[in-house]
Amino acid sequence: MGLLTVSGSPHIHGGLSVKKLMWGVVIAMVPAMLASFYYFGLGAIKVTLVAVLSSVIFEYVITKFIMKEKPNLMDGSAVITGILLAFNVPSNLPIWIIIIGSLVAIGVAKMSFGGLGKNPFNPALVGRVFLLISFPVQMTSWPVVDKIFPMGLDAVTGPTPLAVVKEGIGNGEKMTDIMNQIPDYTQLFLGQSGGSLGEVSALLLLLGGIYMLYRKIITWHIPLSFLAAVVIFSGIFWLYDPNTYVDPIFHLVTGGMMLGVFFMATDMVTSPMTPKGQLVFGAGVGILTIIIRVWGAYPEGVSFAILLMNAVVPHLNNIFKPERFGEEVSHG
Amino acid sequence: MKLKTFNIGGIHPPEHKLSASAAIQDAPLPKVAVVPLSQHLGAPAKVKVKRGEMVKVGTLLAKGEAFISANIHSPVSGKVAKIEPRVDSSGFRRESVVIEVQGDEWNEDIDTSNDIIKDIKLEKKDILQRIHDCGIVGLGGATFPSHVKYMIPEGRSVEFLIINGVECEPYITSDDQLMLEKGEEMMVGIRVMMKAAGVEKAIIGVENNKPKAIEHLRKIADQYQGISVEPLKVQYPQGGEKQLIDALIKRQIPAGKLPSDVGCVVNNVGTAFAIYEAVQKNKPLVERIVTVTGKTVKKPSNFKVRLGTPISDLLPLAECDMENTGKVINGGPMMGKALVALNAAVTKGTSAVLLIKKEESKRVTVQNCIRCGKCMSVCPMGLEPYLLSVIARQGENERCETERIMDCIECGSCVYTCPSGRPLLDNIRLGKANTGFMIRTRGRK
Repeated sequence: MGLLTVSGSPHIHGGLSVKKLMWGVVIAMVPAMLASFYYFGLGAIKVTLVAVLSSVIFEYVITKFIMKEKPNLMDGSAVITGILLAFNVPSNLPIWIIIIGSLVAIGVAKMSFGGLGKNPFNPALVGRVFLLISFPVQMTSWPVVDKIFPMGLDAVTGPTPLAVVKEGIGNGEKMTDIMNQIPDYTQLFLGQSGGSLGEVSALLLLLGGIYMLYRKIITWHIPLSFLAAVVIFSGIFWLYDPNTYVDPIFHLVTGGMMLGVFFMATDMVTSPMTPKGQLVFGAGVGILTIIIRVWGAYPEGVSFAILLMNAVVPHLNNIFKPERFGEEVSHG
Repeated sequence: MKLKTFNIGGIHPPEHKLSASAAIQDAPLPKVAVVPLSQHLGAPAKVKVKRGEMVKVGTLLAKGEAFISANIHSPVSGKVAKIEPRVDSSGFRRESVVIEVQGDEWNEDIDTSNDIIKDIKLEKKDILQRIHDCGIVGLGGATFPSHVKYMIPEGRSVEFLIINGVECEPYITSDDQLMLEKGEEMMVGIRVMMKAAGVEKAIIGVENNKPKAIEHLRKIADQYQGISVEPLKVQYPQGGEKQLIDALIKRQIPAGKLPSDVGCVVNNVGTAFAIYEAVQKNKPLVERIVTVTGKTVKKPSNFKVRLGTPISDLLPLAECDMENTGKVINGGPMMGKALVALNAAVTKGTSAVLLIKKEESKRVTVQNCIRCGKCMSVCPMGLEPYLLSVIARQGENERCETERIMDCIECGSCVYTCPSGRPLLDNIRLGKANTGFMIRTRGRK
């Protein structure tokens, strides 16, 4: 019979693991990733491969040789960071810049805080923002989408719809004229606009988000309050003056909105724990995004907005506690 | 119709009721019975017999003299061989009365017939005394002395008697089978308890995965005034007293308060049967139903077992495959205790003996907390296990208190759900012990 195990209760486990959660996120990103390969061609494949491989290698090297712990690469979290970083850069970005991005994302934003679960900021976003500030030219030369598999490296570059609108409004052009320069909303939603790898198809990102909701990897709180805040906040300005402010739908279908809503803001490590905290967090990200898009120096504000709200998470966790049992006694 | 359930958190582990509808069989008498003096919550009972003394079934072995304590009676007839510490099911050495079994002779004043006595002759005061004398404790697992529950403070009235037939732990079926086989007696027991508590209404809560028991109890409940049966949605830990009250009558007991603060007394169905036997048949608590089950058990069974029987005696009866067993648990998989010694005795709190396969007996690998918040979303008390675990480890007892660590009912839902396999409850138990000590010793200086 041998010796029996003695341990504290409970004696059964539900079977959920970090690995299952993380690979679930990866699966949810696959449709949008394939779309980026389709629209941006080899360039996108190259960027994704480099970002994922370098993220995984950096995590392995830092864990093993600097932290002197046993690396656990199969948990999939480094893969997610790699894919998300790739989603956040243009397909013609030079390899060495991508590698620097991975180093900042994994090395600085994740491992220097102690690795998995301990980072206050979303690693991929830190990587992206670092690159955006350090290499503004390379990071904003967007190849134009050519859906018949172009050789990405030589693709023609052009501005994103957000940049077109920002510049147009800055130059005092009429809103109707500006809108004529960009693809219509259906095209934007389905995925035909210049931009980062992960910005092309709002639809496929939405599908990935729904998959994660279905698998209960994320909850609805952050996406819903994020989207609602964007629509309401940008809607107020649009109703006030439709000639100076672009309409809410435009905000929803462009840039990193869907990517941010479903994959970045919902990162469990860097978002609040309670549903109430998550609602406030999502709303904060939404409002900051619009503020940056409308008045900021950059055309896109999702990454900055999420990082800013990441910093507030500990406070949100302290303020918004779960509903305690017996807090209010109801009779009858 | 939407089934009732409790409102905060909860999980639904696989039910594995392998021994469902296995008829209750009498387990043979042990050769030697080991009766610990502490089989209940509260102070151990004071021993009243001497070495060499002859005892019958029902002879008082030890008296529960403290306010929260319970009498202990001899479950067998024979000779008191020793009074010494023995390893019990909690893994500690505890003072026990060891009896060499001879024959099976019962005290004469115990009614051992099978007749169901429906007429309740005793008055309220005498019922309480009888429950006290017979050493009845809560048989759901917490083993709280029952007579204490019915001492309702002056000026407070109780509206509902709530009977716990939930049996939300996976695998266990002892209550289910008892409801099926002894439903009539149970109903009389409930009427006795209603008289003791002075209530007009009793609700039996049963989870919906026991349709036969629900149907059976509903059929006979009509003949008993004021008793209703309520099917509940299957959700763990619905058998927790606080969760059950919330599920049935939508009242939440505030932190640190008792069921009587929201107008309830709660007892298990097994206790209702024990109270029937005590009050109507003058039979002390000397035996109980024990489920022997698990994936390495060939014949998952429900046994009627004399207290003091070594658990190792029950294993061959259910044809347990010990080669592939990695862990043996006293109780259910969520809240039961892993046995340190297989010859530990069956006590008043032993609702099941559960065998866990070797492959499933080890915990999963621990990883960093990824702050997913799942522990918090399943916590039935609305606590933050991830936070409590950390501050408990750091010894921040004051903060543990304000974060309400003492509210934790140790149901284990957080650990069950944690994707990182973190030992949340181990840490919380440590924190509860330290914080509880801090609270008790406060102001003593």
